[in-house]
Amino acid sequence: MEAFKKLSSTAVPIQIENIDTDQIIPARFLKATDRKGFGDNVFRDWRYHKDGTENQEFPLNDTTYSGQILIAGNNFGCGSSREHAAWALTGYGFKVIISSFFADIFKGNALNNGLLPIQVSEAFLKVLFETIQKNPETHLLVDLENQTLSIEGSDRYETFEISAYKKQCMINGYDDIDYLVNNRDKIIAFEKKNS
Amino acid sequence: MKKTLFDKVWDLHVVERSDNGPDILYIDKHLIHEVTSPQAFNELEERGIPVFRPDQIVATADHNVPTQNQHLPIKDALSRKQVNQLTINCKKNGITLYGLGHEYQGIVHVIGPELGITQPGMTMVCGDSHTSTHGAFGSIAFGIGTSQVAQVFASQCLLLSKPKSMRITVNGTLKKDIQPKDVILYIISKLGTDSGTGYFVEYAGDVFEAMSMEGRMTVCNMSIEMGARGGMIAPDQKTFDYVQGREFAPKGADFDKKVAYWKTLPTDEGASFDAEFKFDAADIGHMITYGTNPGMGMKVTEKIPSLKNDSFEKSLKYMGFNKGESLINKPINYVFIGSCTNSRIEDFRIAAAYINGKQKAKNVHALIVPGSQQVDAQIRREGLDKVFEEAGFELRQAGCSACLAMNDDKIPQGEYCVSTSNRNFEGRQGPGARTLLASPLMAAATAVAGKIIDLNA
Repeated sequence: MEAFKKLSSTAVPIQIENIDTDQIIPARFLKATDRKGFGDNVFRDWRYHKDGTENQEFPLNDTTYSGQILIAGNNFGCGSSREHAAWALTGYGFKVIISSFFADIFKGNALNNGLLPIQVSEAFLKVLFETIQKNPETHLLVDLENQTLSIEGSDRYETFEISAYKKQCMINGYDDIDYLVNNRDKIIAFEKKNS
Repeated sequence: MKKTLFDKVWDLHVVERSDNGPDILYIDKHLIHEVTSPQAFNELEERGIPVFRPDQIVATADHNVPTQNQHLPIKDALSRKQVNQLTINCKKNGITLYGLGHEYQGIVHVIGPELGITQPGMTMVCGDSHTSTHGAFGSIAFGIGTSQVAQVFASQCLLLSKPKSMRITVNGTLKKDIQPKDVILYIISKLGTDSGTGYFVEYAGDVFEAMSMEGRMTVCNMSIEMGARGGMIAPDQKTFDYVQGREFAPKGADFDKKVAYWKTLPTDEGASFDAEFKFDAADIGHMITYGTNPGMGMKVTEKIPSLKNDSFEKSLKYMGFNKGESLINKPINYVFIGSCTNSRIEDFRIAAAYINGKQKAKNVHALIVPGSQQVDAQIRREGLDKVFEEAGFELRQAGCSACLAMNDDKIPQGEYCVSTSNRNFEGRQGPGARTLLASPLMAAATAVAGKIIDLNA
């Protein structure tokens, strides 16, 4: 997993609530046996019309917007547990997702792939959408160490929550497997006690 | 201290507790399937880590499998590769696989309970969000991502913070013919799709006590549709009777010992929950969804609400419905009875009892997909296959099928499908398909009428 400390980037706004993982990556694209290539199909059915042409109105196709940060409506990532959704977003190039609420499994999957989910207040989310839509060149600054998200060139910022353990994992690029494998003695002792 | 059912099972599985980090939680059973496991096997192989407890893993092929001609090689090359990869991975790592052609093959959440793999008081995981199904037995069961599948392969454990607790109580008696699916669709329509996020739910009260094990599975299955990682129901005599005698259930004195323990699991009188909701059974009617998330549901006799909200409007536009509209008499060309929510024998009995002696409407394509080879065999033993065939329904072979349309079972662009599955997301049943979630009884009635009807009219 890639380490993450700080990021300054423009952002892409998708102002839709309850974006489920079926929209992020439809089931018909889940047939791969490795983690590569999912970025090509991220938001597939919103990015393309039925006839295969690009939907220019969709923010990912709108050349006004670009960047490694995605801003989305409330309850992002609900539905299926498919980690392919996180792979599709990182594969496309996103490193941070901002929303006012994240579904549980998606949030865990994102963190396990070095994709930082930042939960902000409804009010700040509204400000972010307005700011980016008004001036798409605006940079947002994500500082994981200090747990802040700020709008560059302004004094507006918000702090965000992240578990201390997950923060360390993100900053160092560690994952849970290392931690668990290092605790195998305790796990074996637990099994003996309960058998 | 008074404990909830969830507390009791969780606490007994904590290997190590950390004050400012996640717990190490031991996992008793790990179910896997072809779609969310290959990358986890790769991960372990790349790191040179062996599968720690292969005996506690059970595999099946369900998401990608065709529901016709299962004896032939899978036509779709990518699906075939993924299913073959599962076979190779299981063989290499000594994992039991009930693959295509095996008499135990089926949807992972149907075969777990039916084989007695699922038992009260267990912790169970699977790379599939509908793992919550198994909570019907009073087990902690939840869906995980592929990184977590790899973690369980490597250590039989997960790093998790204990979720908050919620209790949903439904007391009173359900009206005639109201199905477990109606109960859960009703609850989600009242609470919304994000209400359960961060929580584990316990379903309690008269309605769930009176419900069959299969009905309880339908309810727990859809816990994730309100955002909850899982749902549980206290084990009782019905649970013990269901488990007893199944292939992998404990036998003899072992079973009695287990039952004695299982009886200690129900929530203590006076235990507290972080959130509580109460509903009256008498208020629940036949439910149907009108939008693109499972919370957008209503009684079939009601009208689509008139909310002013961009996401709500986008959803109605996709569905081709209007605010304030009734769905009664809406023509429907596709009906799907299947999925891990409603593909057990009771679901097909309910549908067959309604269909018996009737014919499907000419405009309707009606697909019946059993949840497992064993359910399929039972359908035939009871002669339900004849009822379906005579009525013009198409009985297929076991798998996830049109619930997520990974195989050939897709609903065409723009068509409506009354479906007994669990998700009505945009394109879930095929690009541009429009899904209306309902019970097997509503689905059967729709197929016969060729349109949505009020069963009480």
